Amino acid sequence: MMRMTYREALRRALREILEREPRAFLMGEDIGRYGGSFAVTHGLLEEFGPERVRDTPLSESTFVGAGIGAALAGMRPIVEVMTINFSLLALDQVVNNAASIRYMSGGQFDIPLVVRMASGGGRQMAAQHAHSLEGWYAHIPGIRVLAPATVADARGMMLAAVREHDPVFIFEHALLYPLEEEIDEDGGPADIDHAAVRRAGEDVTLVTYGGSLGKVMNAADELAAMGYAAEVIDLRTLRPLDMSTILASVAKTHRAVIVDEGWRTGSLAAEISAQVMEQGFDTLDWPVERVCSAEVPMPYAKHLEDAALPQTATIVETVERIFASNG
Amino acid sequence: MASPAIPQESSTERTHAHTLLREMLRIRRFEEKAAEVYQLGKIRGFLHLYIGEEAVAVGAIQALTPEDAIVATYREHGHALARGLPADSLMAEMYGKATGCSRGRGGSMHFFDASRRFYGGYAIVGGGLPIAVGLALADKLQGKARVSACFFGEGAAVEGEFHESLNLAALWKLPVLFCCENNLYAMGTAIERSHSTTDVAQRARSYGIVAEAVDGMDVVAVEAATRQAAEAVRRGEGPCLLEFRTYRFRAHSMADPQLYRSQEEVERWKERDPLTTFERRVRQDGMLSDQDLAEMEASIAAEVDAATIYAEASPWEPVEDLTKYVTRR
Repeated sequence: MMRMTYREALRRALREILEREPRAFLMGEDIGRYGGSFAVTHGLLEEFGPERVRDTPLSESTFVGAGIGAALAGMRPIVEVMTINFSLLALDQVVNNAASIRYMSGGQFDIPLVVRMASGGGRQMAAQHAHSLEGWYAHIPGIRVLAPATVADARGMMLAAVREHDPVFIFEHALLYPLEEEIDEDGGPADIDHAAVRRAGEDVTLVTYGGSLGKVMNAADELAAMGYAAEVIDLRTLRPLDMSTILASVAKTHRAVIVDEGWRTGSLAAEISAQVMEQGFDTLDWPVERVCSAEVPMPYAKHLEDAALPQTATIVETVERIFASNG
Repeated sequence: MASPAIPQESSTERTHAHTLLREMLRIRRFEEKAAEVYQLGKIRGFLHLYIGEEAVAVGAIQALTPEDAIVATYREHGHALARGLPADSLMAEMYGKATGCSRGRGGSMHFFDASRRFYGGYAIVGGGLPIAVGLALADKLQGKARVSACFFGEGAAVEGEFHESLNLAALWKLPVLFCCENNLYAMGTAIERSHSTTDVAQRARSYGIVAEAVDGMDVVAVEAATRQAAEAVRRGEGPCLLEFRTYRFRAHSMADPQLYRSQEEVERWKERDPLTTFERRVRQDGMLSDQDLAEMEASIAAEVDAATIYAEASPWEPVEDLTKYVTRR
């Protein structure tokens, strides 16, 4: 076991991939000379050289599209987009090409492409660097969407993603990069099909992913002190959704609260809520609740940003309200 | 834009001239049949005909090798045929049949054939250029001396992806051959109404790319220019752009009443029909007889008829397979 940061775990995984897989290469904005805007790729240019660690121009659509093309030709490109908001410039390539080529060609092509990017708020980055649009990506058939919330998953999911035959999008919540945890530094690829129960409990199911996991775990601690045993589910893979883990938990607790940093309307939380209603209606003692971001472009000022994002206190209050209503 | 002379008195040249003419005729007759069966409701959705532009796909693809990659647009029947995709599988695809080159999931706009390195028809204007850049990047990283040829219209040259792709391909000296088919109209919008400067080749040169405008109505000129450009690209000299000046004789799609151009203009361009001008030239050079042409037409008619019969008779993809091929697992 070894203690390391989420950032370091990603870097080690990338290094391991570059050492082991000759077809793999990295490209993205400022990943080389600058060392990565979140320092994930720091040092890899010096280690692997400019052919395999490629700084790109600010041309999101074209370097993501070039990743698709290189993957079609058998390479294993790992593309970094600086932030999720910038990735919107490449959505044409994502939706119309990466997610569609296998299908519209009748299954003729593998697209072993990995695209990583930082997402999420909490750093006072305002309305063009801090959104949580994972739910939009999770809407798209043809791609796999991952949101590692732990240091072990940061490493293991990267190792697993590069072995896939379809495009994989990895969303790294920007607040997680300095997170430090003990992990098995020789652990292999992670399971990328299933959600994980991060804490067992019988009274209420709290479903979350990515940067909200820490807040939800803190909420579970506070709830335990009040006498409520919360079960915490970390989705890990946002597409395809592992509904069976969620439904099994709700069948036990009869109550679910979904914590999702995306905007509430049309969110991943809305999708999970609908599926729990469709498939687990009889097990529910209370309507599925959602704690999501306020429907505003992310504000800059700290107090406003805090108010816009899901917080531990809001999660605790939501659960308390359910029990206070005899739910 | 002067056309190189065809060397005479050579059976190789005669055979080659016949190949060029036959390939252009195949596209013309195949598409005439497609338009005919479209009117019968056998083909639905969009059908974008290439008629008038045949010299570009035929001349350019003749100059490529089977190892080279091709990326095309939604007007790609000609490129697919010129590349050797069987007419059967293309017609079946447009019928939406399981035997189609994309198993009925793509239709007229999305022909693919992995075995022939035909990386597809892309229907988002400009969307294929980054794909070609990536294919070329893979070749460069793997040390393969191959060309990725990317066809697109002049309409794409005002998309951001055109500029991004030219810049990146030039910056990384990638083996991409950009083939701009300038047919003067982006759907119904004339080039002078949508481009601040109308010289696409000049725009490519501003990225440090070797670029040339070519008479796209002259199959020999297209082939010669492509051969020269592809050799430079293959030698690792970086990307090239060829601007083929051509014209679409038919409407943009079957749903287009062509309010944006005059019939006189269309007729003027038809005088430069790449098939009739080339046929005349080959006859003048003594390399084509009436009988040659009649045999050519007969064999092409048989091929097109067979493709239609094949498409008619082919099975539908089972509805149970609706979600097949979304992902591999």
